[in-house]
Amino acid sequence: MDQKGTQMSKSPILQAVGLTKSYGRVIALDGSDLELFPGEVLAVVGDNGAGKSTMIKCLSGAEIPDEGQIILDGQQMSFKRPNDGRHAGIETVYQTLAVAPALDIASNLFLGREMRKKGPLGSILRMTDNSGMRKAAKEHIAALGIGTIQNITQAVETLSGGQRQAVAVARAAAFGQKLIILDEPTAALGVRESRQVLKLIESLRDRGMPVILISHNMPQVFEVADRIQVQRLGKRAAVVTPKSHTMNDVVAIMTGAMTVDKKDQALTSVR
Amino acid sequence: MVLVVASIIFSFFNENFLTPSNFSLILQQVAIVGAVAAGQTLIILTAGIDLSCGAIAVFSSMTMAKLVQGTPGEGEPVGIAVWLAFPAGLLVGMLGGAINGFLVTKVKLPPFIVTLGTFNVFLALTLTLTKGTVPSIEMDPFLLTLGHYVNIGPFRVTTGVLFMFAMYMVLAFVLRYTSWGRHVYAVGDDIDAARLAGISVNRVLMSVYIVAGLTFALAAWIVIGRVTVASPNTGGDLNLDAITAVVIGGTSLFGGRGTIFGSLIGAIIVGVFRNGLTLAGVDLYYQLMAIGLLIIFAVSVDQWIRKARK
Repeated sequence: MDQKGTQMSKSPILQAVGLTKSYGRVIALDGSDLELFPGEVLAVVGDNGAGKSTMIKCLSGAEIPDEGQIILDGQQMSFKRPNDGRHAGIETVYQTLAVAPALDIASNLFLGREMRKKGPLGSILRMTDNSGMRKAAKEHIAALGIGTIQNITQAVETLSGGQRQAVAVARAAAFGQKLIILDEPTAALGVRESRQVLKLIESLRDRGMPVILISHNMPQVFEVADRIQVQRLGKRAAVVTPKSHTMNDVVAIMTGAMTVDKKDQALTSVR
Repeated sequence: MVLVVASIIFSFFNENFLTPSNFSLILQQVAIVGAVAAGQTLIILTAGIDLSCGAIAVFSSMTMAKLVQGTPGEGEPVGIAVWLAFPAGLLVGMLGGAINGFLVTKVKLPPFIVTLGTFNVFLALTLTLTKGTVPSIEMDPFLLTLGHYVNIGPFRVTTGVLFMFAMYMVLAFVLRYTSWGRHVYAVGDDIDAARLAGISVNRVLMSVYIVAGLTFALAAWIVIGRVTVASPNTGGDLNLDAITAVVIGGTSLFGGRGTIFGSLIGAIIVGVFRNGLTLAGVDLYYQLMAIGLLIIFAVSVDQWIRKARK
């Protein structure tokens, strides 16, 4: 807790206040808060049913919270459709490797946001700029230091799981203006492939992109996160840092075996 | 490849096979199936299938013909002007596609079931319209446009053949160089990934079925040009022939993979087989068998390629 209070001056890029969401009688989110500060990796951990996924869905626009506010860059947001979050500059990477396997890397990167040719070819014939997209895709991939991908016209299905997830992360990085949410990005991956993705997360942070990382994997969380938000029973139970607490502490908070002082439940930026 | 090999083999059996005039004939025979296969390709690319394509084509052709001709028997037949009848026929095709699209996207039925149903509905409508007879009529010259012959070098083909080629050009361009085209592939490839990428999947599917309906109606125009009457029986085999062409052309029935020109090649391969086997004096029944084996071979290759990629 010693870092607390030293960098209070920073204002959050994304702030969620009192998010509540229930499905029928199940209360998935029970007035949960969240703050994400510029240039940090915030991990959100919690047991199954702690409200991680629901919170992320609310933040990305996939779900509409029953109550609560989402403030992005000082502006209050009201997301109504899944694409609203995206338009506001929030990109989400899902655990299920949400890429189209038969399409090539460039097509996947620009899927749903294809570049048009300049001039009448683009405006009247609505012709896409295929070579331009390939070139830009190459740059995006290179910028993230994904050196293992050589051919941008390769079908995604020829890539390894880690590389596929890298394509998804690159897509998020290319279009995410404000922040990127990674929802269990390594859940479907092996050890080595997970490592690639963790590296990507670090390189995103190095480029100043704030990241929210949802994960079950404590070692991974402790490796990359600046702050760790622990969810319990639809509420924020604590915010800790990898330095202030051990993995066992975090698990203890998750399960309710350890409670954290009220004032420590909202640790702000440590970077 | 198959096309070239088959052509060479057939040329051994009959020296007339590799002549421009025979190829012109094949192309004319292929024009209708080819045009229907173009629309079918779009649907199969989205991992759907349209069993009603032939029925829609025939129903469109009957609509055009009947509207121009009017209803005979009850006094003076009153036909409406072709510039109204022709768009009405196209509209019928698009409407048929829209009904399929609606049932697939909104009612969320499998395309196979939907189009199996609408196939029967459109067939019934056609038969109701014609009361089972073949109206032999003096067709409007505009509707017969695609039956005219043109000479290109040694080839003598109908305008319908050229029109079909043009349809392929347009669709190939659209698939390759527009966002919509990419979205068609993406939806067929992985519908969830497409949705997560922000593509409005239902809109893409709906538009695919409508555009396909339009191509079926345009195929109907070629039908009228070729057979000079609109016959309710023309489209009986059209359904399966079109699907055959698409599958042989290498488009995966699981969606997301394939090219539109593959279907054109597929249609020509079927045409070449039919024609070549006939010229070689093979019994019609064995011809059917050969086409059947060809389909099984083509789908096996598709499966094999998919496995090899994984």
